[in-house]
Amino acid sequence: MIHSLFLINASGDIFLEKHWKSVVSRSVCDYFFEAQERASEAENVPPVIPTPHHYLLSVYRHKIFFVAVIQSEVPPLFVIEFLHRVVDTFQDYFGVCSEVMIKDNVVVVYEVLEEMLDNGFPLATESNILKELIKPPTILRTVVNTITGSTNVGDQLPTGQLSVVPWRRTGVKYTNNEAYFDVIEEIDAIIDKSGSTITAEIQGVIDACVKLTGMPDLTLSFMNPRLLDDVSFHPCVRFKRWESERILSFIPPDGNFRLLSYHVSAQNLVAIPVYVKHNISFRDSSSLGRFEITVGPKQTMGKTVEGVMVTSQMPKGVLNMTLTPSQGTHIFDPVTKLLSWDVGKINPQKLPSLKGSMTLQAGTSKPDENPTINLQFKIQQLAISGLKVNRLDMYGEKYKPFKGIKYMTKAGKFQVRT
Amino acid sequence: MSSEASIYNRPSVLDCFRSSGNSWFQKRNLKQMLESSKDSAKLDAMKRIVGMIAKGKNASELFPAVVKNVASKNIEIKKLVYVYLMRYAEEQQDLALLSISTFQRALKDPNQLIRASALRVLSSIRVPIIVPIMMLAIKEASSDLSPYVRKNAAHAIQKLYSLDPEQKEMLIEVIEKLLKDRSTLVAGSVVMAFEEVCPDRIDLIHKNYRKLCNLLVDVEEWGQVVIIHMLTRYARTQFVSPWKDDEVVEEYSENNFYESDEEQKEKDRKVKNIYTMDPDHRLLLRNTKPLLQSRNAAVVMAVAQLYWHLAPKSEASIVSKSLVRLLHSNREVQYIVLQNIATMSIQRKGMFEPYLKSFYVRSTDPTMIKTLKLEILTNLANEANISTLLREFQTYVKSQDKQFAAATIQAIGRCATNITEVTDTCLNGLVCLLSNRDEIVVAESVVVIKKLLQTQPAHHGEIIKHMAKLLDNITVPVARASILWLIGEYCERVPKIAPDVLRKTAKSFTTEDDLVKLQILNLGAKLYLTNSKQTKLLTQYVLNLGKYDQSYDIRDRTRFIRQLIVPNEKSGALSKYAKKIFLAQKPAPLLESPFKDRDHFQLGTLSHTLNSRATGYLELSNWPEVAPDPSVRNVDVAESTKEWTGILGMTKKEKPTEKFYSESEEEEDESTNTSSSSRCLESNLHLHCLENCIFRTKTHELLHRMSGKGLAAHYHFSRQPGIFGDHMVSVQVTVTNTTDQKIENIHIKEKKLPPGMRVHEFNPIECLEPAESITVSMGIDFCDSTQMASFQLCTKDDHFNVNIQPPVGELLLPVTMSEKDFKKEFAAKTVHSGSLMLVTVELKESSTAQLVINTEKTVIGSVLLRELKPVLSQG
Repeated sequence: MIHSLFLINASGDIFLEKHWKSVVSRSVCDYFFEAQERASEAENVPPVIPTPHHYLLSVYRHKIFFVAVIQSEVPPLFVIEFLHRVVDTFQDYFGVCSEVMIKDNVVVVYEVLEEMLDNGFPLATESNILKELIKPPTILRTVVNTITGSTNVGDQLPTGQLSVVPWRRTGVKYTNNEAYFDVIEEIDAIIDKSGSTITAEIQGVIDACVKLTGMPDLTLSFMNPRLLDDVSFHPCVRFKRWESERILSFIPPDGNFRLLSYHVSAQNLVAIPVYVKHNISFRDSSSLGRFEITVGPKQTMGKTVEGVMVTSQMPKGVLNMTLTPSQGTHIFDPVTKLLSWDVGKINPQKLPSLKGSMTLQAGTSKPDENPTINLQFKIQQLAISGLKVNRLDMYGEKYKPFKGIKYMTKAGKFQVRT
Repeated sequence: MSSEASIYNRPSVLDCFRSSGNSWFQKRNLKQMLESSKDSAKLDAMKRIVGMIAKGKNASELFPAVVKNVASKNIEIKKLVYVYLMRYAEEQQDLALLSISTFQRALKDPNQLIRASALRVLSSIRVPIIVPIMMLAIKEASSDLSPYVRKNAAHAIQKLYSLDPEQKEMLIEVIEKLLKDRSTLVAGSVVMAFEEVCPDRIDLIHKNYRKLCNLLVDVEEWGQVVIIHMLTRYARTQFVSPWKDDEVVEEYSENNFYESDEEQKEKDRKVKNIYTMDPDHRLLLRNTKPLLQSRNAAVVMAVAQLYWHLAPKSEASIVSKSLVRLLHSNREVQYIVLQNIATMSIQRKGMFEPYLKSFYVRSTDPTMIKTLKLEILTNLANEANISTLLREFQTYVKSQDKQFAAATIQAIGRCATNITEVTDTCLNGLVCLLSNRDEIVVAESVVVIKKLLQTQPAHHGEIIKHMAKLLDNITVPVARASILWLIGEYCERVPKIAPDVLRKTAKSFTTEDDLVKLQILNLGAKLYLTNSKQTKLLTQYVLNLGKYDQSYDIRDRTRFIRQLIVPNEKSGALSKYAKKIFLAQKPAPLLESPFKDRDHFQLGTLSHTLNSRATGYLELSNWPEVAPDPSVRNVDVAESTKEWTGILGMTKKEKPTEKFYSESEEEEDESTNTSSSSRCLESNLHLHCLENCIFRTKTHELLHRMSGKGLAAHYHFSRQPGIFGDHMVSVQVTVTNTTDQKIENIHIKEKKLPPGMRVHEFNPIECLEPAESITVSMGIDFCDSTQMASFQLCTKDDHFNVNIQPPVGELLLPVTMSEKDFKKEFAAKTVHSGSLMLVTVELKESSTAQLVINTEKTVIGSVLLRELKPVLSQG
């Protein structure tokens, strides 16, 4: 399946290579560089590139290309999904997945990659198992290791791989037993010029952080499970129980994991928590344009909208912008033509606005399209779909765990056309 | 690579490698460290070496020093040495042999993980000399007690095969053995080995097919992908197409109950001609469906392609929702999924129509995603949604991403040809775009308008005139060429303008692009033929220019045209037909999706993504006309009787507490229900008629301990004559208390029964101690229907909804008959009404048999027929 992996940074240097079968020369990456040149932007590099003898499948994350070399037919998503899993694992291990971090921990990276694939076929991809095999580096451990000369390779052989719950490590012990669940919903929407919704959907996830001793068996039930139109589960969730009773029943992995992601369909009306009033105009003859946007709360269920951030890709003809915000800070990058305005909290009494003028390139005609406005925001303590967790029960262990549920709504791909 | 210096610009252990000048010195240094007696020095050296390997630097000189440490006690050193070995053993084969004995010893270690990792490294070092040792190790490991070691053996098979393909036959034997393995750990890996080594040996799968289907849910996600792809191929060779008839008769059709008897009989007669799905085919579809909920995009895609290639058309649409969900994933996942949706949406629009809005383009999408979404939107366009779509397209045309805007114009063109109602609207819209400021947009519009006009040139003189005017400003060659072609083709509609256009272009001929020059020549030729009075000289001028052009192509064309249209003594018979040749009616171009031809590749494969055969692509065969013998999938009789006797007399089946996949096991039970219940019936009849005491009970779950808050209940049909009344079927219920308190007063309440059905409750259980279980019997009159009886199981302070559904075999009672009659017939009566039922099996020539069921109860009859048929055909 996967022959080799090359990690390439933004400036086109191969800074790590790993081979699971015979060595493939790194010159194979020249085909990738060619494609990269053609694509102009990193985002547009095709994920699948055929070369005379190999196929290059790549993912682009954290400004690093992860290029897998394949020799024969394989489902492309198999490789892509695996590469994403590699990135997630690195992030899990080192906190951030960056070139510097990978170079600093090259040995751990190598050991992890060695365990993840055998002969190109995924072997251990569950972070619980990997962490048992190779302990993630922490500052404390690094210090201890340098002094005592001990290692970050687990001296205990992992048993998780052999058990019937391969995602959970064995012998977990905590003094404080806690289970936290974050219900995070993202609104994807396109709002048209006049402010009406063209399409809106809610994507939700339940991320969990479970630190419980032993082998707890949890059940989580919702007040209104019918809301969930389409769901995908962590392998630990018992599908049959969900089918018959709409209850999540599972033995959780230890630590952080994504329990569930769901989709609330476009058929249900989606509450749009913010609105944007905009007045952007270019005039044909003059080299000045007017720019004015105001952001305000709409259906927020009485909660405050925070972390508001407005970004917009201005047309090429715009040379500069002179703007004054009523609150927050704004930046216009004259090279990339990207305007971003960090608004912060919305105060319904005093709506934030950004007003001013744009300098246009003299002589060029006015752009045909007004820029679209991308919005980011956060609302704490609210799941916009109305989803509510009913209760969380634990079986199989005797102690009483501390339980916590948090709700949050965020903007996903929230776009306003102007 | 020139990055060496920049890589280590941060202080790190590898600092000393910065300059290559003293690398020899460093390697000597490393050698010393490796030979030192301290583990910490060795470890440090190994870490540096691994750093070198990761950078792609050559560290092979250190091989002798490294290989000595293979037996190190320190586990990290050992692991790093393994990493080094796997990388360099191929290059240093002789030295690598030094390490072999260490692995051979480890293969016998009592710890399964050590055995597994030894096998892993041993098989990874790619030294041909050790092939026999590897073969032996694999054979031994394949019968290891630990499934983890067996999994590694499956991986090793592929490695050995790529090292030495001559071992194929021996390896196939190992694969055959491992395919029989019942462990979920092994299944994925061995199927992977199968796909790599002997994908054509489909016969190895037969006996394991049902097991693989049933294990699938519990296999790890990567294995699932491989198994699903393999089973898709398998199913296409073994089952008949479910697509022949749109009407598919399901095993259990609820409607049957409400249909009049005549209709039913008619249907029964039809059943013989109408397609019925092989139960194994159904099993595969049923067991893969829950995997659509996987978090792994590859698994979801694999199931989607399985449904696309195997499911009846009406069922395939259940995958759409999950595929649309994947669109919220990363860019790369979106790209692949959109490609597959594009192919699907061409053939079956209906699948994705409800999700139209999910494909709306956002300005932040990368261009490749935008164009794919646009492609799908175009495929989904129909009379109903076209107006919304066109409004959406209007926004896209104005996009700052001009490449995308151009693609949108193409899309509008396709919508216009496909949906005749909007052709004029689209055309008008495109004409408006001709005054757009952006040249790319105008050029694209011209090209599309050209194609549209060709499909219906009748009354578009005005547009052609308008486009002729554009020629003065537009510079994009394709667009200019298109306009010239249009004017030439329809020169008779614009008789005044055409010669003038030729005049203008003749002037600029030398500065034009080759593409445009060819069209100028064409225009000249056509005008010469239709309007030679005005254009004779102009054309000759153009032809002269063409004659001395730099391009071969243009000189060639000029010569050809001159010979053809200018009559002279040398020109042959062809020039007579010049007009016919140049002004022939040309077929309008078909505006087609680029994804049209992709459907011959299996969806979800690399070949589909690339639209060309990738190495190692395995063709999906066409459905066979006649299904191959389905009995090949039956597991050996000897084995199954063993299983039978195993269950014999077991009335209570305790769930093992360690089994976390209890759900899936239930599913397994259910899936075998259909066939097993009819087999039960068979044995039941045996029991009463021949007094043969093979007796098999099947326990079903009534209430799971998790949902029952610790109270678990199972039931089975005891097959005793009803003790509660003649019409009752007796059911034995085993209630178990899994909590640590006692449960009091267990009884039945709130029966919700279909009309006519009656339940005789068991006597309330007063008290059930912890970990104790008790079996009670109750009677249910099912009224000869397979509808389920629902009621509540109550305790002192709680109640749970449960239901019992009888397999049809449980609704029948035996009738005594003579031994002679029995040889070819079964006879029975239904429990409730005592209607007689006669099952006749008539043996005919060439080992075919006719199965006839005579009864008044047509519903039961047809259900029984459907169940008996596969069972008998297996026997």
